[in-house]
Amino acid sequence: MSVEDQQMKIRCLVAKVGLDGHDRGAHVIARAFRDAGFEVIYSGLHNAPEEIVQATVQEDVDVLGISILSGAHNELVPDIIEGLEEYDAHEDTLVVVGGIIPDEDKEFLYENGVDGIFGPGTPLQETINFIEENVKRDE
Amino acid sequence: MSDIEKLVSELLDGKHRALAKAITYIENNRSGYRELISELHQHTGNADVIGITGSPGAGKSTLVDKMAKTYRDRGKTVGVIAIDPSSPFSGGAVLGDRIRMASTVGDMDVFFRSMSARGTLGGLSTATTDAVKALDAFGKDKIIVETVGAGQNEVDIVKTADTVAVLVPPASGDDIQMLKAGILEIADIFVVNKADLDGADMTVKELQEMIHMRSDGPSPDAGHHGADALVDTDVEFPGESSEDWEPAIVETVAKSGDGIDEFLETLQKHVDWLEESGEGTRQARQRYAAEIQRLIREDVARLVERDLEAAGGLDAKVDEVLAKESDPYTVADEMLAAIRNPVNTTDTE
Amino acid sequence: MAEKDPSEEIREQHEQWEEETLQEFLEAHGERKDRFATVSNMEVDRMYTPEDTEDIDYTEDIGVPGEPPYTRGPYPTMYRGRTWTMRQFAGFGTAEETNERFHYLIDNGQTGLSTAFDMPSLMGIDSDHKMSKGEVGKEGVAVDTLRDMEILFDEIDIGEISTSFTINPSAPVIYAMYIALADQQGVPREDVRGTLQNDMFKEFIAQKEWVIPPEPSLKVVTDTIEFAVEETPRFHPVSISGYHIREAGSTAIQEAAFTLADGFGYVEDCLDRGLDVDEFAPLLSFFFNSHNSLFEEVAKFRASRRIYSRVMEDWYDAEKPESKRLKFHTQTAGQSLTAQQPLNNIVRVTIQALAAVLGGTQSLHTNSYDEALALPSEQAVRVALRTQQIIADESGAADIVDPLGGSYAVESLTDQAEEEIMAYIEEIKEMGDGSVRDGILRGIEQGYFHREIQDSAYEYQKRVDSGDETVVGVNKYVTEEDTDTEILKVDESVRDRQINRLESVKEERDDEAVEDALDAIADTIEAEENVMPAIIDAVKAYATMGEIMAVFEDKYGSYNEQLASM
Repeated sequence: MSVEDQQMKIRCLVAKVGLDGHDRGAHVIARAFRDAGFEVIYSGLHNAPEEIVQATVQEDVDVLGISILSGAHNELVPDIIEGLEEYDAHEDTLVVVGGIIPDEDKEFLYENGVDGIFGPGTPLQETINFIEENVKRDE
Repeated sequence: MSDIEKLVSELLDGKHRALAKAITYIENNRSGYRELISELHQHTGNADVIGITGSPGAGKSTLVDKMAKTYRDRGKTVGVIAIDPSSPFSGGAVLGDRIRMASTVGDMDVFFRSMSARGTLGGLSTATTDAVKALDAFGKDKIIVETVGAGQNEVDIVKTADTVAVLVPPASGDDIQMLKAGILEIADIFVVNKADLDGADMTVKELQEMIHMRSDGPSPDAGHHGADALVDTDVEFPGESSEDWEPAIVETVAKSGDGIDEFLETLQKHVDWLEESGEGTRQARQRYAAEIQRLIREDVARLVERDLEAAGGLDAKVDEVLAKESDPYTVADEMLAAIRNPVNTTDTE
Repeated sequence: MAEKDPSEEIREQHEQWEEETLQEFLEAHGERKDRFATVSNMEVDRMYTPEDTEDIDYTEDIGVPGEPPYTRGPYPTMYRGRTWTMRQFAGFGTAEETNERFHYLIDNGQTGLSTAFDMPSLMGIDSDHKMSKGEVGKEGVAVDTLRDMEILFDEIDIGEISTSFTINPSAPVIYAMYIALADQQGVPREDVRGTLQNDMFKEFIAQKEWVIPPEPSLKVVTDTIEFAVEETPRFHPVSISGYHIREAGSTAIQEAAFTLADGFGYVEDCLDRGLDVDEFAPLLSFFFNSHNSLFEEVAKFRASRRIYSRVMEDWYDAEKPESKRLKFHTQTAGQSLTAQQPLNNIVRVTIQALAAVLGGTQSLHTNSYDEALALPSEQAVRVALRTQQIIADESGAADIVDPLGGSYAVESLTDQAEEEIMAYIEEIKEMGDGSVRDGILRGIEQGYFHREIQDSAYEYQKRVDSGDETVVGVNKYVTEEDTDTEILKVDESVRDRQINRLESVKEERDDEAVEDALDAIADTIEAEENVMPAIIDAVKAYATMGEIMAVFEDKYGSYNEQLASM
């Protein structure tokens, strides 16, 4: 069992969606995840929702972290989740969003299948704890 | 239907999610993993498997991106496994190879999977081989295994491929010296990438000299990639190999796509040669032999390990030997008794 | 009788103070922290004395304002002559709305306009592109064709105003449209005034908006500089920007170093093109960030001016004062604003704006206190502008030229900044085998800048999380509060209207002429000629932004970020 435990790292896709190139937050959180022992796949910039879906499905990540600062979250995030559902990949993927999300939009995103939202000023550890406590494992 | 049966049937049905899950099983060495690979085995053997390696910054990812794009344009489906062997076994890692697959992003018929060293605790080549099987069974036409560097780990990874291409950046005299150490032996094709840079001609020349020196050298068998090194056994296989394959040199500029067609053509030539010369079959035999031996070794080791633990652990046995209550041969015999004589074992899982 | 050396006296006094007064006091009371550092984590000393400025030659290193090395300011009277330009940058949804706003500003006496574009325009794609979803008309105006620019500047005489365009990879297209507009209005090209951001180096380094790879991007930037020198000598074709480098998480030193290096990179490319340094260098302008650590920022600004003057003269043989004089716009640090207790941001912005003024900026944008979470409210925008006006008219900071000059601390920090910035520039030059330009290109290719900046950003975040770095209202003096704010909603009708306009332009235009014009751009690229004239012809034929940029992408390929190791 020890070998298996050792190998069951939390696997996470840090994704930038849409046109905005503000990747400071995405990289800071990617490094924090790495230092917390996660295996992080970085999507790169300027991705369409379907490209994030493709990466999430193929990489079979436990966590999808979407960083979005353009304000287009209400359009792009539901598109991603819809795509994940098409591939049966939503139910066992923890979806978290980082960025500037007003309260009313938060509700909308939660209703649309987002599990956690982390705004500016969130300590890194808080996000990591949330993921460790909520990560969905099959079995 | 068991979980594994369901996974296999979904994978064979072309469900991307099932393919992704299967590779996760392999990476995590999860229980059921062996059953999964057993089930997949009969559906494999249809894909061309290409290994790509080279030093960091040689342009592998960009080349792989362009290869995938060109294959897609020709109607072929593609699987890519990008392995970062430098990532730590434990602790986290950031895998960034995916970023460079820009030409085919969004195309589900290119299945790209990033793998860290973690997935290879059971041996780097095991995880790679098995992930390739999953992609093969899924029906991918071309499978590319990409890894960085030129150490033993990388050699082990790319050797799982039918055809191995080694990327060499221009003006890399030092690199070529380093290549001689191990990678050289396994290369079927040398790709001088960034051929538009100064020094490319020089590099091509150096490689040519190196290849000729080797083919004139004392070991006539060394013409093909390390199949011999793969199997540390003296089992002899019938020498079916006809004419030897002389490593080809191709020049490319991955950024612009120049030379990609020629490279793919050379890859195809190698595949044809494998087929015609019988070398492909010979290699497959060797790989399976090695795989069987490895599995047996691993299983035996695990069983022995377990019995040793049950008998108080290695330290306790050492104590006995030190106290002259026993001796190393006797301990080894005792521990192997379970395997030699399975009737005596009470705990067979 | 031998007089005692004054520096000897100072040293003796200092030592005595340390041994007697300080030591005893420290033993009794200690200090708040073991280590005091700026927001960039640059350690500062307890106290600075003449010993720290011993090596500074007053006339050579500090000197007088308006003369090299311009440490004290680019002009002799600085703000006693006229205060800095208060240039507030703002974005609006449609061309019509922005045009209305422009008229309002002009009617109120403003002579400088500042244009914000939406993301698709910034990235060189049309409003009907699939990636434009959710982004059309947001955070700025959408421009697909010359028609949009005609509406944007309707009834505005562009010979009478100066316009700043915050746009990068697609900047040449906007520049071409503005020139086409001048031609339409009968305004001579030499009267066209304004600034194009057009700084592609910093895009690859920090802001990450790009279309084609770095090398051809640089070629196109140099095309615009060359074109400006020849045709629009009152137009600044590039604003070399550190703002975004800092926002991406760099330190103050990295911001200044990478920005100045970028500037030198453009200079080298222009020289290679055969341009005369004293013809193009006066057209170069800079754009910096201003953060919370007041003295570090002032030192950064002063050191940057000194370096620029010396390097332009020593390395590139600039002769004219205008070629050696660093002029810059400053914006207060957006990243420093907190969503928590937003009114605190007014104070942060005040300190940052003061730093820019004490550092000698030529123009300034002050952020609105509610920007961390929302589109700025009218009240917040007004307070931001009033902040500048209070500094200008009430604080007295504008009445003395370089008032911090001569401060032991500030002079010492300026010196230290100069040294550290130069070390980076030399390192970059080294990477390029003696060429700053090649060093930048290599640094981009190898992910050097990205890594440097990310290291700083991550380290900063860890200091904030651990409490080593105080952010009031976030990790200290936290209060429970509602921070709900509104954000600009995407009005999908903006997108529909924009796409309708695009479609009608496409219907009305002569498709054959468009094809020819696009082919002509391709031909100039093939021939390695200046692309500007061909782009101007294309925009006049109503080719779209996306169509024009696609020609470049087709010829040069697209770009993907290189992150060698992470």
